[in-house]
Amino acid sequence: MPDRSDRPHLPGQERFVAPLEETRLAAVDSLDLEEAPESQWRETWKLLRRSPLFIVSMILLAGVVVIVIAPGLFTNSDPRLCVTGRSLDGPSSGHPFGFDRQGCDVWSRTLYGARASVAVGVLTTALVALVGGFTGAVAGYAEGWVDSLLSRISDIFFAIPLVLAAIVMLSAINNIWPDREFWGGVTVVVLALALFGWPQVMRIMRGSVLEVKNLEFVDAARAIGASSMTNLARHVVPNALAPVIVTATVSLGIFIVAEATLSFLGLGLPPTVISWGNDISNAQSQVRAGTDLRVLFVPSTFLALTVLTFILLGDAIRDALDPKARER
Amino acid sequence: MFWYIARRLLQAIPVVLGSTLLIYAMVFLQPGDPIRALFGERGAPDAVVEQLRNQYNLDQPFLIQWLLFLKGAIVGDLGQSFSGRPVADMIGEAFPVTVQLAMMALVFEAVLGVIAGTVAGLRKGKLFDSSMLVTSLVVIAVPIFVFGFLLQLVFGVKLDWFPATVGGNASFYNLLLPAIVLGSVSFAYVLRLTRTSVARNMSADHVRTARAKGLTEGLVVRRHVLRNSLIPTVTFLGADLGALMAGAIVTEGIFNIPGIGNLVFRAIVLGESPTVVSVVTVMVLVYVVTSLIVDILYAWLDPRIRYA
Repeated sequence: MPDRSDRPHLPGQERFVAPLEETRLAAVDSLDLEEAPESQWRETWKLLRRSPLFIVSMILLAGVVVIVIAPGLFTNSDPRLCVTGRSLDGPSSGHPFGFDRQGCDVWSRTLYGARASVAVGVLTTALVALVGGFTGAVAGYAEGWVDSLLSRISDIFFAIPLVLAAIVMLSAINNIWPDREFWGGVTVVVLALALFGWPQVMRIMRGSVLEVKNLEFVDAARAIGASSMTNLARHVVPNALAPVIVTATVSLGIFIVAEATLSFLGLGLPPTVISWGNDISNAQSQVRAGTDLRVLFVPSTFLALTVLTFILLGDAIRDALDPKARER
Repeated sequence: MFWYIARRLLQAIPVVLGSTLLIYAMVFLQPGDPIRALFGERGAPDAVVEQLRNQYNLDQPFLIQWLLFLKGAIVGDLGQSFSGRPVADMIGEAFPVTVQLAMMALVFEAVLGVIAGTVAGLRKGKLFDSSMLVTSLVVIAVPIFVFGFLLQLVFGVKLDWFPATVGGNASFYNLLLPAIVLGSVSFAYVLRLTRTSVARNMSADHVRTARAKGLTEGLVVRRHVLRNSLIPTVTFLGADLGALMAGAIVTEGIFNIPGIGNLVFRAIVLGESPTVVSVVTVMVLVYVVTSLIVDILYAWLDPRIRYA
């Protein structure tokens, strides 16, 4: 290569070379080629720890978890003890938000209601991620007729709007099994939401697997003789999981809202179960009849904060996983 | 393009058949007799019940019922409700109301969402951006039935700016408040999608080139940033029309709007399978057609996408 630096150039063509420290080349030079690169998950975790969004959502999440495990820490009154003599009493010591029309403690019911709502959200998300993730991975990896079949089946479930489908299914189950208790009620709502919720995860997983499986390291694994099952489980799925994790986190919040909507329509959790959906639904008819807004305000705020927690968490994880967003 | 559309429509046939069968199965497999339930405590003569069961094909095996329904549906006969009205007429009355409501919600969320999202994306990290982000999070997190109820209480009952319930008169003005409620959650999604993609596109190479060749900032944003940024938003909006029609079940319930949401909810509670399956079929068709339109719009927005 001839040295060009002493070649004459026209006026206005003086070249400018940035000092090395101002470019990113220094960072590249300092890489140690012998050292193994950090795994994707460890790198993500490092980014997450520094993200304010993640810290805020983890604090909120810790609050939700404590309330779900031990609601008794924050209240001494029994959520089921409703005394008509206390009907619509205002806030008093030990009962910060007073009583509703039936004379139940609003604060205590809201705290104990967290269990049912969070249980529905967590279980539905787990089921949807499992079924959708598995079918999506198989469809994306196998292609051909397996893919076509699974995709058409998921289309059928995807084409019916989630809440509408769940309403139809729950009203059918209400006739078959009318007097459900807590876990019976939760299971039924979870099954109804998961049955029509899995195609979304399936589509995302399928797309992600299709993208990953043609990358070089998968070819390399195949070349050294990994069987197709090993390849799928060890190399493709772990690298295709990121978008599924983000979707699952956000949809946890969405499922909690869906449960509340179903309970609001009178088809979700049975009325004997203490849940935010049931309490909000009761509160609305009370407010219509002239009761103070606080009976509606307390459970709605807790529901909204819980949903917010999972949306923020999903955002934080997405930012950490998305290398494009990192640069800014 | 013609073949692409034809193939997509062919692919939709098993989806429509499968989903009607699915809904039919769920409505049909309920125990109990919807006909006897209609007569309440006093009961009815067996002969009358038999005759009604025969009229609604309830004495046929499940698959035959479904096939009879399909046979009727092809020639536009969707069966009768238990009160004796043709289902096609009931849907014909209710459908335009819901379409109007859903379209109003769609326009509301698309116009406001894209404008607010673009401004927020252009000024990422500034006050407007942060306040819009907080607003969108609150709107997503508060359930629509709480939000709708509060708006109804404040603007419908306390301030009396809008009618609190719509009832029989579904005019533009009467549907305004319900449409805002129905479109609110999607507005937040449109805002967030547009914001993210505008902010991402602002640092894209082609935008830098457009600036470098001396285009004014307004032209850069309109010609080069917006058009590229709208692709995810358009996808969302297309898929959303179906979701809005389903979400109308709650909104129509709150504001007492005589649309298909109300119709289907009553039919589900009564176990009136012809109505339920017909409405679901209509919604599935809306979903199939809108997702096809979205895919065609894709090609228009992004000329790199070609369908053969």
